[in-house]
Amino acid sequence: MCLGLPMIVVELRPGDVALAEYEGVRKEVSVALLAGDVAVGDFVLVHVGFALSKIDPERARETLALLAEIAGLEAR
Amino acid sequence: MSNRLPPGPAIDWDHGRIDLSHGSGGRAMAQLIDELFVAAFDNPILGQMNDQAQFDAAPGRMVMTTDSYVISPMVFPGGDIGSLAVHGTINDVAMAGAVPMYLSSAFILEEGLPLADLRRVVASMAAASREAGVPIVTGDTKVVEKGKGDGIFINTTGIGRVPPGIAIGGDRARPGDAILVNGTIGDHGMAVLSQRESLGFETTLKSDSAALHGLVARMIAAVPGIACLRDPTRGGLATTLNELATQSGVGMVLDEAAIPIRAEVRAACELLGLDALYSANEGKLIAICPGECAADLLAAMRSHPLGAQSAIVGRVVADADRLVVMETAFGGRRIVDWLAGIQLPRIC
Amino acid sequence: MILVDEFRDRDVALRIARVIGAEARPERSYAFMEFCGGHTHAIFRYAIEDLLPANIRMVHGPGCPVCVLPIGRIDAAIALAGQPGVTLCTYGDVLRVPGSHRRSLLKAKAEGADIRVVYSPMDAVKLAQASPDRQVVFLAVGFETTTPPTAVVVLEAERLGLANFSVFCNHVLTPPAIAAILDSPEAQGGALRLDGIIGPAHVSAVTGSRAFARFPRDYGQPVVITGFEPLDVLQAILMLVRQANAGRGEIENQFTRGVTEDGNRHAQGLMARVFESRETFAWRGLGQLPASGIRLRPEFAAWDAERRFSLPEPEAEPPTACRCGAILRGLARPADCRLFGTGCTPDNPIGACMVSSEGACAAEWAYGRARHRGKETA
Ligand code: SF4
Repeated sequence: MCLGLPMIVVELRPGDVALAEYEGVRKEVSVALLAGDVAVGDFVLVHVGFALSKIDPERARETLALLAEIAGLEAR
Repeated sequence: MSNRLPPGPAIDWDHGRIDLSHGSGGRAMAQLIDELFVAAFDNPILGQMNDQAQFDAAPGRMVMTTDSYVISPMVFPGGDIGSLAVHGTINDVAMAGAVPMYLSSAFILEEGLPLADLRRVVASMAAASREAGVPIVTGDTKVVEKGKGDGIFINTTGIGRVPPGIAIGGDRARPGDAILVNGTIGDHGMAVLSQRESLGFETTLKSDSAALHGLVARMIAAVPGIACLRDPTRGGLATTLNELATQSGVGMVLDEAAIPIRAEVRAACELLGLDALYSANEGKLIAICPGECAADLLAAMRSHPLGAQSAIVGRVVADADRLVVMETAFGGRRIVDWLAGIQLPRIC
Repeated sequence: MILVDEFRDRDVALRIARVIGAEARPERSYAFMEFCGGHTHAIFRYAIEDLLPANIRMVHGPGCPVCVLPIGRIDAAIALAGQPGVTLCTYGDVLRVPGSHRRSLLKAKAEGADIRVVYSPMDAVKLAQASPDRQVVFLAVGFETTTPPTAVVVLEAERLGLANFSVFCNHVLTPPAIAAILDSPEAQGGALRLDGIIGPAHVSAVTGSRAFARFPRDYGQPVVITGFEPLDVLQAILMLVRQANAGRGEIENQFTRGVTEDGNRHAQGLMARVFESRETFAWRGLGQLPASGIRLRPEFAAWDAERRFSLPEPEAEPPTACRCGAILRGLARPADCRLFGTGCTPDNPIGACMVSSEGACAAEWAYGRARHRGKETA
């Protein structure tokens, strides 16, 4: 695959750089690929030190709800 | 003590650096030894100022171990190369169930090393030795030309005595035995890695570097029949368990969910594509004991400050192939192999 | 962990597996290929095949960009690293990949070549800035996921006018590899029957799911873009079973939390600005694939290691008993290789599939053996 981790942006820094956090680990990542469309509190998918895309927690919750529904359908 | 030396310039501790004269056997070397090492490690045996330490032998079986320390960066969260050199060698002695008695220390210093750095490392070594109650009784210093070392290399040797009735060894694990650890794994390796400038990440992680002989004494008092003790340093838990499985001719089954790992260690591993099972520890031990003693041993370990997060993480099984297998939290099984090469950050 | 642990819930997984079991039709079988090594790893790590009914088979595809690096490129990298004044930077995974005569970058490093592991290509740029007396070459590998970061550093080197930095580009594209498998005589002749493809999530975060739309369209193959956690994979398998049952061949997106139809347009633009297609590129195990690799555009020649350094012509690959080629195309399993576990282990890999923990042989080595053992003793 390409290792990718959903990290949360905790600080924007000059030069297309952000400080991102995952479970207590903080790392500077480049946001040069997001063309300025990034804010503190956003989840971003980080690969080789670059934020590749934003991760939408709302969509994640929808997927989890759908999974629960599939699982629940069967349990009934 | 310096009064044995002919007069000469004072050492500039703030701006001075190690030069070749500090290893030449001359006055500068004697001055460094007196003012730094002897003063810091201060104990009667060292104070005899001989080229060897003289002491009375203890009755019974003795153990001796040696280890060299090379680590970059020299100072890391939770310790430095000096405290590490004391803890590591004490632990190697303690893993025989032995009571550590004396340490030696040999320094290889690189020309140009700031004296302030050296003083800091020596002070932390002295503090670690005093706290552990194990004196450094003899030592040596050499200086190598710039470029032929990496600041400081330290070798420490340890001597200890084994209490009567204790027989601990890596070949003594038997099917049915329980496997325990005294707390979270991978902390040291990840804390050191977080400081490497090329990987640099910020965490509150600290090295677990600690002297374990006090914990071991409590463990063997509670369960004298402990079969194996070993500290999973380089290569981590996975490598050390494979060593023990091979030595004892047994297999092992680990329970992934039972292995204590800090969230930050897990997160740093996910970030870099590393595996905490292979990450180094400097204040952890693996204990293997007969299954029926496991609960007592666990209770004894948890009663000690260095074992509060102890856990039973697996069991020894009969296996001609001597494999270490992990039952994953998700219900799969994976072989926990020897480390292939070295752990490197991955992209996939 | 946020957005991760929730997708590893075993109870939900078991329930979804039961739904898959109920919906999979007993009178037929299903063969799904996960293209990406990340999925291969997840399938082994979470023992997903144990949860599936016997008539669903997972075919492990070639999707590990490190494993598919051909011997000739590794040899060239080793030669490059051996040139005076050169510091070669690359990702940690690449170091153990075997070149010819069982050489690797790790061995070259031990012999004195200046080879550094970087976490990010930005680190290579910083190293070049800090060491003006060295020629810093970044050995770039990876799929569309890893390519945009390389584009950014090339543009950064241009902006800084960095004369001692260059990129040895080995980036490859995923759709041509999938097409090559679907076009292979085995797939066309029926020896390899596929009922659907698990598509890569992180690649698609850049390319958009649209990049894979041609497989339903041209081959009738269902594709589900899928995340890398066990619940993601199970949901995708269910989606593929439903498509197969309904006779549909569509592109669906399971990883909606990170992938859109369009992907990251800005990143695509940077890639197009810096790179151009090669006519052909060699993949280990798959051979030459047309338009599957990219290189720096001529405008960026000053940062293109292939133009700046003379590199050796690739040697003819010696015949080998390694079955990687067949394994990568889903025609053989690791256990079919007589070198598996004897001549070839993760410590001393011969073929691509054993190199990265994502390769099918490495996954079988770590997980498959334990699974079979578990069954014997259970
Ligand atoms: S086991 Fe090794 S030699 Fe055999 S197919 Fe796999 S990678 Fe190739």
